[in-house]
Amino acid sequence: MARPGTAAEPLRVAIVGAGPTGYYAAEALFKNEHGVVVEVDVYDRLPTPYGLVRAGVAPDHQKIKAVTAAFDKVAANPRFRFFGGVEFGKDLTLGDLRAHYHQVLYCTGAQTDRRMGIPGEDLQGSHPATEFVAWYNGHPDYRDYGFDLSQERAAVVGVGNVAIDVARILCRTPEELATTDIAEHALEALRKSRVKEVYLLGRRGPAQAAFTNPEIKEIGELADADVIVRPEEVELDPLSRAALDKSQDRATRKKVEILQGYALRKPAGKSRRLIVRFLVSPVELTGDAAGRVVAMRLVRNELYATATGALQPRATTLFEALPVGLVFRSVGYRGVPLPGVPFNESWGVILNEKGRVLDPDTKQPIVGEYTAGWIKRGPSGVIGTNKPDAAETVACMLEDLAQGAVLQPAHPAAAVAEALVRQRTPNCLSYADWLRLNALEVSRGRAQGRPRVKFTRVEEMLAALGR
Amino acid sequence: MDIAGILATKGEKAHTIRPEQTIREALALLARHNVGALIVVEGGERPVGILSERDIVREATHNETLFGRTVADIMTRDVITGAPHDDLLTVAHTMIEKRIRHLPVVDKDRLVGIVSIGDILKAQRDQYQGELDTLQTQFLADDRAR
Repeated sequence: MARPGTAAEPLRVAIVGAGPTGYYAAEALFKNEHGVVVEVDVYDRLPTPYGLVRAGVAPDHQKIKAVTAAFDKVAANPRFRFFGGVEFGKDLTLGDLRAHYHQVLYCTGAQTDRRMGIPGEDLQGSHPATEFVAWYNGHPDYRDYGFDLSQERAAVVGVGNVAIDVARILCRTPEELATTDIAEHALEALRKSRVKEVYLLGRRGPAQAAFTNPEIKEIGELADADVIVRPEEVELDPLSRAALDKSQDRATRKKVEILQGYALRKPAGKSRRLIVRFLVSPVELTGDAAGRVVAMRLVRNELYATATGALQPRATTLFEALPVGLVFRSVGYRGVPLPGVPFNESWGVILNEKGRVLDPDTKQPIVGEYTAGWIKRGPSGVIGTNKPDAAETVACMLEDLAQGAVLQPAHPAAAVAEALVRQRTPNCLSYADWLRLNALEVSRGRAQGRPRVKFTRVEEMLAALGR
Repeated sequence: MDIAGILATKGEKAHTIRPEQTIREALALLARHNVGALIVVEGGERPVGILSERDIVREATHNETLFGRTVADIMTRDVITGAPHDDLLTVAHTMIEKRIRHLPVVDKDRLVGIVSIGDILKAQRDQYQGELDTLQTQFLADDRAR
């Protein structure tokens, strides 16, 4: 049998997940240097593409969302098709994909949050930060979630960029939010918010915090919230000081300087306060009789150096109580196993080597199955980090193709795959559908001086498209 | 980024050998798996040493009969080990400073993988490339907005 990859018989690839990695992988496949002709079908559970760029990146960070222009260029390739609203494992099974494609690539990201593992974590009013993020970004699955914004004090556990996004959105004024593409329902709820104090809690010191400098600068420039930092918590301990002197890491040095600058500020009496704390970990959430969170017990940490010199937190015996009525945990993310796809429980990723999915018993690659992005390496890096990651997997895919190690689908014709998808999910969206929906969202926004007003229910999207 | 992110895409945990095995067997394993070091484990998963190409070369310069010797005879015993949540930058510094090319990664006394200096450099390169790409995209967005 002739090897696929020619104009007459293109290499047919199914990509599961239309987030940044899916696009980067499609781009790398199209741009391959071996002259292999590739057709890509990208599937997403949601009708809309872009993954976390749409549903994760904060609405007041439109510049970061602008990366979608590059994604649309990839999608303009005539050999790119998008099927939105098609769920892998439900609407289409692995068996279906194996019968229609030479290669299958999983780019489903890290869809769940890590738990803190402390008592009281599931009290009412304690939420994963990802749910709040998905809610304010108009993710249809979270449209009807509610958060008790009548509380005056909230804590965000974690000091990564997601934690800081959540804290910042809670501290923005309705006027600031009204110029973003935050979901309408979230904007309405946040207009009525009575949150006055937002705590951002880091278990290590300022030099180890994961948030990046633009984000930390931004919270010092909020219209109606003072940023508060305790001087003693941003004073570097000897271990951090030594590590920083050795590494000469300018970004970290700058980060510490900005935070120390905040510690010197006098509060300007703004209506909200964003309080950044370091070297503390929640050990318990306490609730009232109704099962609502009312406070958090914190333990003070100290740092110690591991054998490699990395600094990790260790609990001391000093405790404090922090009264809060709303808690968001943002202590890391984890991949969700896909039906029929080997999973590596240790790292919360698909079992893989450089993106080749491995058989759990033989530890040998499974022909035709690959992975890229967060579900391959775990949640790390910025959006662009997924580009070299996807390129590594695509290099493996092309190498295997050259060896003839691809699936032999019974129905390799693009039309047959499409017919199956449309039969299973008659309401699925094409890229043309998405571009129409996008134009509608943007025009709804224009009237209000906003980048867009999102459709946040699947039925709404379908209705807008005349379905 | 921490070194767990490197282990996540390495499939096999780590290639290991027992202390009583011979250098001949070690060489066969190094060649078969195309790696530069083996972790020496005792009683299942507890690492007791590391055997690198360099250990073998060093021994070979003065010992013609090394093939039959045991791994325990020439392995390096004082091994610095990493933990999954050690950060990339610190680990890179330590490995360069102490001239370590292979770092066994241990979690709760259990060997969970190995990272090489090559793995670390690649992860750092990808991280910088990704940041650069994201920054470029944002600058381009600024241009369009103007």
